[in-house]
Amino acid sequence: MGIRERLSGNEAVAYAMKQINPDVMGAYPITPSTEIPQYFSSYVDNGEVDTEFIPVESEHSAMSTCIGAEAAGCRAISATSSCGLIYMAEMLYVAASDRLPITLAVSCRALSGPININNDHSDAMSVRDAGWLMLFAETNQEAYDNYLQAMRIGEAVGLPIMICQDGFITSHAIENIELVETEKVREFVGEYKPEGGLLKAPMAVGAYATPAFYMEAKRQQAQAMMDAKEVIKKVGAEFGAMTGRTYGLIEKYEMDDAEEAIVIIGSSAGTAKEAIKELRAQGRKVGMIKVRSFRPFPSEEIVEALKGVKAFAVMDKDDSFNGHCGPMYAEVAASLYAAGVSGPKGISYIYGLGGRDVRVESIQHVFADLKEIAETGNIGETYRYLDVRE
Amino acid sequence: MSYKKASEINEKIGWRDITPGCNIYEGGTSVTVETGDWRTMKPVINWDKCKQCLLCAPVCPDMSIPVTAEGKRGEFDYFFCKGCGICSKACPFGAIEMVKDEK
Repeated sequence: MGIRERLSGNEAVAYAMKQINPDVMGAYPITPSTEIPQYFSSYVDNGEVDTEFIPVESEHSAMSTCIGAEAAGCRAISATSSCGLIYMAEMLYVAASDRLPITLAVSCRALSGPININNDHSDAMSVRDAGWLMLFAETNQEAYDNYLQAMRIGEAVGLPIMICQDGFITSHAIENIELVETEKVREFVGEYKPEGGLLKAPMAVGAYATPAFYMEAKRQQAQAMMDAKEVIKKVGAEFGAMTGRTYGLIEKYEMDDAEEAIVIIGSSAGTAKEAIKELRAQGRKVGMIKVRSFRPFPSEEIVEALKGVKAFAVMDKDDSFNGHCGPMYAEVAASLYAAGVSGPKGISYIYGLGGRDVRVESIQHVFADLKEIAETGNIGETYRYLDVRE
Repeated sequence: MSYKKASEINEKIGWRDITPGCNIYEGGTSVTVETGDWRTMKPVINWDKCKQCLLCAPVCPDMSIPVTAEGKRGEFDYFFCKGCGICSKACPFGAIEMVKDEK
């Protein structure tokens, strides 16, 4: 049985870091993830961890620090948000292409401008093609649990991993949480034993690849992302055997007989569950797919869950500004098309930007739209903004 | 798994066999890279004009002008010579001519 506590999402992630006791943290503070390196630097100062804490002058340097440390054969971690994450962008691609399984905690926040410190997923989604594994949490508990699984997943496939949670909503709100005993955590996470490493033997990291080699390197990187699907499920099942909390690529909620469904990421999934409970009580056949793993994208699982519905909405807490849909809608639609599934009618909903409150009624409004589409067969505008004043 | 040696990585290697991120898991591997492959112009020495003054050898950026223990320069090492022409410019006797490299 675990340890019952009450922690904010940031503190829960910092506590997971302490339990794992990684080798190096390179970090630069930014709201709302600041508390993570702040708590962790206290652990360092108190001698509770052996980690080399390297305060740097920017997020670009924070990720560069992690790249150097991980290439040396160490476990390296960082934490960031918003503009900090996109300031890292150049080095995020390098970390992924160098195949360094760095772990990065992200407390998601809107991007400027207008300047805004509140939650949406614009930061994480803007680096979605950087080659990182990306897990998203609905609750503080999931943020903590995902963090404990992160290194096992990243190190198995040789890819860096982002553990994302919703800024302020889970990062600062305090919830009841069940922690895993530290000795169990260490046994579960294990030691990092890379085959190579700058401290072990001479090697070159970040080599130049001419056109004759670059594409082979990228194809291999793509394979690692594909292979990660099974690893995430395997590690999630092992974690479940230890804690009773099993994880997969997606979580299906009331999907078995659902005729209308939403696909959603992060804390708003909790709000959606409340909305679905109320609608189910009224006899509506509604359900939800919560995407835990955005990278790799669980195409097959989503198609399997959605193929029988009449109408669905993909909820994007960010916008692609492509003039027709949010980024996750595009991937869900592509998944259905590739699988030859054309029955369900789908719309793209942009919601919760810059911390706009997402209420039970907000989600019910989406289901009201889906009901109309399911009943009339008339899909109407497919690119919609939720809870925006006219 | 064990990673391919630099000497085993060439333009025939497939994506499954290439090292992750094109990392190189050994040191001193630049000796295996035929930079002479990049050459379009090639230095040719006229031994009748060469006085063995050795002004050419130290300016070569690729150590492609070997000098013997007796202090005599030898034939160009075309495996590394990129054909930059610095040696030709440095030669006070016009002994090094740059000609089109026919491959």
